[in-house]
Amino acid sequence: MTAPEAIASRGRDNREPRFADAGAPAPLVSIRSVSKYYVRGDQVIPVLVGIDLDVNAGDYIALMGPSGSGKSTLLNLIAGIDKPSAGEIRVAGVDIAQLSDAELALWRASHVGFIFQFYNLMPVLTAFGNVELPLQLTSLSRSERRERVETALALVGLSDRATHRPNELSGGQQQRVAIARALIADPTLIVADEPTGDLDRTTAEEILGLLERLNDELGKTIIMVTHDPKAAEKAHRMVHLEKGLLVD
Amino acid sequence: MFFPLLVLRNAFRHKLRTTLTIVGIVVAIAAFGMLRTIVDAWYAGANASSSARLVTRSSVSLVFALPLNYAQKIRQVDGVTGVGWANWFGGVYVNERNFFAQFAISESYLDLYPEFVLSDDQRRAFLADRVGAIAGRKLADKYGWKVGDQIPLRGTIYPGTWTFNLRGIYDGAEEGTDTSTFFFHFAYLNESIKKQYPGRGDQAGVFIESLGNADDAAAVSSAIDATFRNSLAETLTETEKAFQLGFVAMSEAILLAIQAVSYVVIVIIMAVMANTMAMTARERYGEYATFKALGFSNGFVGMLIFAESLGISLLGGLLGAAATFPLADVFASTVGSILAGFKVSRETVMLQLLAALVIGVVAAAIPAWRAARVRIVDGLRAIG
Repeated sequence: MTAPEAIASRGRDNREPRFADAGAPAPLVSIRSVSKYYVRGDQVIPVLVGIDLDVNAGDYIALMGPSGSGKSTLLNLIAGIDKPSAGEIRVAGVDIAQLSDAELALWRASHVGFIFQFYNLMPVLTAFGNVELPLQLTSLSRSERRERVETALALVGLSDRATHRPNELSGGQQQRVAIARALIADPTLIVADEPTGDLDRTTAEEILGLLERLNDELGKTIIMVTHDPKAAEKAHRMVHLEKGLLVD
Repeated sequence: MFFPLLVLRNAFRHKLRTTLTIVGIVVAIAAFGMLRTIVDAWYAGANASSSARLVTRSSVSLVFALPLNYAQKIRQVDGVTGVGWANWFGGVYVNERNFFAQFAISESYLDLYPEFVLSDDQRRAFLADRVGAIAGRKLADKYGWKVGDQIPLRGTIYPGTWTFNLRGIYDGAEEGTDTSTFFFHFAYLNESIKKQYPGRGDQAGVFIESLGNADDAAAVSSAIDATFRNSLAETLTETEKAFQLGFVAMSEAILLAIQAVSYVVIVIIMAVMANTMAMTARERYGEYATFKALGFSNGFVGMLIFAESLGISLLGGLLGAAATFPLADVFASTVGSILAGFKVSRETVMLQLLAALVIGVVAAAIPAWRAARVRIVDGLRAIG
């Protein structure tokens, strides 16, 4: 048995599948026996071990766990910015682990909205330009893009900050721009990695309220990694990881 | 518009760094252009030479003169249609810094050089005045000479102060024609020499022959040299171009060094630019990762760096090439007539722009390749 297989089998022994209810529609995200490990010389370092998880459309899931538990790695795999060492990840029926880098880039552009802890806005672009970024990959006309961006900025309450650059915005405002950017292409799911990790409590509450609205009013599927139990409480479901395993 | 706007904003994100880089490129490209122009100027005389003219000199050395009566024998060689002669004068105008070429020429000399355009009136006036002289337009402009002025030259080879009446100012028929030379009558010089140093009279530094057919140059050269074989003053005849290149060859090591330095300058700025682009790319790995996470391709990220690098280098290149022209003017006026054909050529400008292009491409190659290959998760880790 190779090292990856050993890791995968160890994971399976401990796994407690988070499958969708029988009879329910096919899950939006279906993760089966997913493992991720890194090889450093002779050493094999497991990060995720035999993960099984289903996420339904419209879900709002909080991935929790201590540092190094593999929650961000799992989020990266679901978002298609990293590939599993073993197993299958299906999102809206597509096995994304089998896609090439170029296919994966196209897939991300139309299916995933990203919200990062440190916002990851382009400093040389205005709020408008940042929100418009994902639409640059579409065939929408300039006026259509403008209309969409204005709507997204209005949704996050930043219509009056459209011409401001990130360094002219507060942390909370920057994160709202990032949320508008995540929404703009109407993605299949939104992944958020510690979206309130760099914000004070009041601002964090605002951002969490905004995410809740996206989920409740727009029906967006959200998978959020967080350390913060108060943030996790807003989610419909909490999934805990420890040492690369799902624990409950 | 999105891509060019993004590149432009990225390029001037660190205004000081970008400005200093552009200034460095401007200086390097201008220096490259100046050095190339110096080398070109060295070859300008040879390039402007006619292949239908021969130059005959002493086979021992140019220092030794030839008997004037050789002219008659040369004229009789088949293929020769005209003969003239000239002596290097080597005088000083006002002070040693004012160097320019001065030749004592035979009356037939100007017939051999149709590229020296002189009006009929001025030509007649020159031929009629024994102490008359003519000067090229560039030379006359430099010293503010006008027809009718008296030009004093202090002789270094032929002692004494020689004062000439400027009877004409000639222009060049072609762009490359040298108009920075001063001509006066050989007869005047010869007469004076014979008075002062009887043994040195009736001698010419070089003979110039025009040919009926330029293709006969080799045969006619051999025939002229054969005529004077085993004489007291054997000759060496070659085309005017070969004669001029002989002078250039004396400075070949210097020219090679100048050419080497011109390329070293480009290599140095290429390294500086590569360092700038490497720093820029390293600082932005997080942004590149974000672009890729959002669905932009590896190629897009690579092109962002390439376009920025090319934009900076081409802007520097254009400014550097433009700066070369005024610099060349200043340089030409400073060195005077030593480098008569000092002119920035179209080829030099093209080479400058090509160098800027190469700088941009080479400087961006490795940073662009790395940025395109950076794993998204690694790039995102760089933020925070």
